[in-house]
Amino acid sequence: MLSLTDVCKGYASSEGRVTVLDGVSLSLAAGETLALTGESGSGKSTLLHLCAGLDAPDSGRIEVAGHPMGRSDAERAALRRGTVGLVFQQFNLIPSLDVAANLAFQARLAGRHDPRWQADLVATLDLGSLLVRYPEELSGGQQQRVAIGRTLAARPALVLADEPTGNLDEASGDRVMALMLRLVAETGAALLMVTHSPRLAARLDRQVHLRGGRLT
Amino acid sequence: MTGPMIALSALLSHWARHRVQAALLLIGLALATALLTGVQAINAEARASYDRAASALSQDKLPRLVAERITVADYVALRRAGWPVSPVIEGEALIGGQTLRLIGIEPLTLPSGVAPDIGLAGDPTGFLTGKVILSAEALNDPRVRPAELPPGVALTDIGVAAGILGPEISYLLLTGDRPAPPGYALIHPATTDLSQLTESFHLNLAAFGYLAFGVGLFIVHSAIGLAFEQRRGMFRTLRALGLSARALTGLLLAELLVFALVAGAAGVVLGWLIAGALLPDVAATLRGLYGAEVGSGLTLRPVWWLSGLGIAVLGMLASAGQSLWRLGRLPVLAPAQPRAWGRESARAMRGQALAGVGLIGAAAGLLAVRGLWAGFGVLAGLLLGGALMLPLLMAALTRAGQRLPDTWARLDAGDVFINEQLALRRGLAPGDRVEQGVIAGIYPDYGNPMPQVILSWDRHRALYPLPVLRYALITDIPAAEIRAAFPRVVVEDRAAIRKASVAVFERTFAVTAALNVLTLGVAALAMFASLLTLSSRRLPQVAPVWAMGLTRGRLAQLEFLRTLALAALIYGLALPLGLALAWVLLAVVNVEAFGWRLPMLLFPGDWLRLGMLSLLAAGLAAALPVHRLARIAPAELLKVFAHER
Repeated sequence: MLSLTDVCKGYASSEGRVTVLDGVSLSLAAGETLALTGESGSGKSTLLHLCAGLDAPDSGRIEVAGHPMGRSDAERAALRRGTVGLVFQQFNLIPSLDVAANLAFQARLAGRHDPRWQADLVATLDLGSLLVRYPEELSGGQQQRVAIGRTLAARPALVLADEPTGNLDEASGDRVMALMLRLVAETGAALLMVTHSPRLAARLDRQVHLRGGRLT
Repeated sequence: MTGPMIALSALLSHWARHRVQAALLLIGLALATALLTGVQAINAEARASYDRAASALSQDKLPRLVAERITVADYVALRRAGWPVSPVIEGEALIGGQTLRLIGIEPLTLPSGVAPDIGLAGDPTGFLTGKVILSAEALNDPRVRPAELPPGVALTDIGVAAGILGPEISYLLLTGDRPAPPGYALIHPATTDLSQLTESFHLNLAAFGYLAFGVGLFIVHSAIGLAFEQRRGMFRTLRALGLSARALTGLLLAELLVFALVAGAAGVVLGWLIAGALLPDVAATLRGLYGAEVGSGLTLRPVWWLSGLGIAVLGMLASAGQSLWRLGRLPVLAPAQPRAWGRESARAMRGQALAGVGLIGAAAGLLAVRGLWAGFGVLAGLLLGGALMLPLLMAALTRAGQRLPDTWARLDAGDVFINEQLALRRGLAPGDRVEQGVIAGIYPDYGNPMPQVILSWDRHRALYPLPVLRYALITDIPAAEIRAAFPRVVVEDRAAIRKASVAVFERTFAVTAALNVLTLGVAALAMFASLLTLSSRRLPQVAPVWAMGLTRGRLAQLEFLRTLALAALIYGLALPLGLALAWVLLAVVNVEAFGWRLPMLLFPGDWLRLGMLSLLAAGLAAALPVHRLARIAPAELLKVFAHER
């Protein structure tokens, strides 16, 4: 589902060129879950952004669902609409839409809105009483449940999650994590999750650690 | 719904939750469009009246022969001598209860191509036998037939006019390019071209319209800037969820287009109402200043809808251009770079300042160019340049006024005085020579559209041995006494003329004052919109201070004082800019428009009053944002720390 081959990425800084990813290669099969761990600044989020097509590598090759990552912004945007689903640490719900509209948003954008599947998601994520509320009226845990529901409503083949429980307390984080893993398994999607927590990482099929720009 | 429509509905949902902001955007654009289309409507209506006058009364374009007195016998003598002349009797007459400019023509001798078709084709016999008076006015007189004539004008056969105004011929129309016969003076038609005379007036009105439009666009710019700032998170979410930068920009353009069309439609209707309200004053002004008749009726023409909507769309694009440009350049990874938008803003501000320097430089360059458009170009450059680079102080623009030397003695010696209009047209200075003699001085000639020379009586007799058309004496004896003693003498009562002139100018200023109030209203809204935008953008700076222990009430007080200090600073910078604009208006625009210069007088007392008004306006505009800050929910401030904005 996801394949990275010898991917390099760096940034210019006042102290010269800083290499963040130095020849990273990994692969993720359909239905597989993979935890990406590493210290702050190790390049975890950069790697995730490259997989989502939010940024382009300096060199190397990225393939998603058997297709090489497009060069243009439009091609990469189409990839995010059709194949990839993103779950953010900051939830990134649309503040002027209510919960129901937020849940349906990405599926509608991708042209794959399925009311029955959305109803299942609402029930599983226990969002039934919150549908007419706006994001600012929800707790962090509730917002993240909506964000997960929004991503999975579009049935992406690859879910990329950037510390999805980073803004939640441990109990809420565990509950959200359980729901996400259950739904990912139900949809057969592959999951690449960035996390600081070895405890959460241990719940996924595989773990890789990023240090000095290389995977260990 | 399709994907793009889903994304568009998400973008539009912002406005449902921010109705004041949406209203500001719509009001700003509608007002800007209204003022510009209103002024354009007034100008179009006036120009249409001139065109009707030019087509219906094309005798105004022929050379005229005038003399102290022209009788029917004089006319017959000229015709017999082979002169291609046609008589016209013209004057004011009371017809059907209304005073009109009655023009009596002699259709049979009127040069070909000049005779108005109206009426003559429909009822030639009626016209020739003196039964018909043509007029555009609805008059209570059985002789009057409707015709496409300018307002306030009636056209009839010369026999009818002679019966009403008396048999003396007002002037003779002369065909062909030939000199005047002995005993007559020739007046060339260029002197009666209404379009040329009134062009500067309309250009001034148009400039006012564009100024109001520009001010209105500041409101739109602020409202859009605020909306983009507030939706920054939404934009990056949309991008992350699969909307390309191009698609997002396209959708925002579509959203802005919807706003532009709604505001444009409202603006056209509002502009029509404004034009309808102002047109009677404009008509009175044009009649008083130039003798130009302009109808006071106004119809909502289809072309206005098109131009109004076009203006609104262009205004919207101009206002949103910067925000769209910044959005296009904003990296999709903005969440990882929270300062990206701020850095882009700082770059844009530096660009603005540079553009301001460029505009002021271009304005300075235009000073060397003659012409009214160049004058308005200077004004626009200074205004926009000043707005874009507030920190730069304006260079002092002063110029010594020309003084008329005390040279009456030289007039007696055969030298001449010329008016400022002639001096400017020909680039003459004292000491130069004109046909009538050496120029002893140049005098200001406020309100006169014509070049003029003053020369001594003897010099005049020597140069022009023509029969004298009119003698005039200047006296301070009251007009009524002269009229009583000399009934045949024509008395021009200067006091009455001055009174009438003042009345005309009062009406002129009524138009500009109305536009002024509207523009100031728009400017006040612009300031309010800007402060509302700033208050939102200031939260990241305010929140940490609140977290350190300053209460929201105290923060609001400080913000209020900061706004007043900012207003005082801007006032201090705007004052020299305003003086520079006034100088350009008096020394460049007025000279190009009317041919004479007004002295620049300074009123420091007014500056003080203006300063107080500026502070008051800033205080009022800041009241709502400051009130909101004083009552803002702590959760909103906390969002700053959670990076949820």
